[in-house]
Amino acid sequence: MRTWRRTGSGDEVRICSNLETYECQLLASMVESITELLSERADTAPRDALSELTGIATGHSRAPDDVTLGRLLPDFHRPDQEPELVAGPIASDLNGGLRSVNEPHIIDAKLAAARVVLETLPSGGGDVALTESQADGWLTALTDIRLALGAMLGITDEPSKLPPDHPHAAHQDIYDWLAVVQGLLVEALMANEWTQPDEGLPDEGVQGEWGQDGW
Amino acid sequence: MALDEATPGTSTGTAVAEPEVVHDRPWVTLVWDDPVNLMNYVAYVFQKIFGYSEEKSKALMMQVHTEGKAVVSSGDRAKIEADVRKLHAAGLWATMQHDS
Repeated sequence: MRTWRRTGSGDEVRICSNLETYECQLLASMVESITELLSERADTAPRDALSELTGIATGHSRAPDDVTLGRLLPDFHRPDQEPELVAGPIASDLNGGLRSVNEPHIIDAKLAAARVVLETLPSGGGDVALTESQADGWLTALTDIRLALGAMLGITDEPSKLPPDHPHAAHQDIYDWLAVVQGLLVEALMANEWTQPDEGLPDEGVQGEWGQDGW
Repeated sequence: MALDEATPGTSTGTAVAEPEVVHDRPWVTLVWDDPVNLMNYVAYVFQKIFGYSEEKSKALMMQVHTEGKAVVSSGDRAKIEADVRKLHAAGLWATMQHDS
């Protein structure tokens, strides 16, 4: 892909890039996997008569057992940070209540972001032109993929490069690629019309720490 | 809802760096450092969700990065619950707790 560049102004702002066919297929496949994971979570939420009557969705009250899903849907409260609440059921009730009320909304937001990516990806590769709102959807979806991959790969703060023959090396390459795609997209969104002229060198302010090597 | 004023000094260095954050309210939103989210994305999310300036958003992001966490908003429970929900939707690791 090329870097993201910002064009136009006001309502006409578009964040543009160009993706290879295999990049589009890879992104679509990963977004679909996250969608599946989140949809399954939503579908297994408890149904009760009250929710059916009022139409107010009730989510799970327990955190996911799965590490990947757990990182996508963390608890709202950390009892270990409030020692006075640790003593027993108060904290767990707090988390359960907060989760069941809020998780359906969080899942909906993530699924909506995933749909934005699937709707704006050129299926055979080619130009992508996103409104700022669509670009925000991309950021959310890219984050969810990276969180999921990061949990599966056991990413920590220590920078590490797997040896090329490691079974996870190819996955880590994808993880790193997504970081570059996302980092550049954030820069393109933050560059406002005053600092990034439409004409002249389009990529000024988008290079910097990421560099342009290799893809 | 009991306030926590009876437990001063129980905090082990809760991060309180931004002068703009109001401290006389019962709930705060904390964002925790995580190894996945990009620094510029975290700052962008603070700008987007809270309407903070670029400068303030970057300062809060740096605090998360260097100190492991930062208080990013405070207010009543409903507001903070909504803030955490938005941060989770954006993929940040956020929690809510009583102000200490």
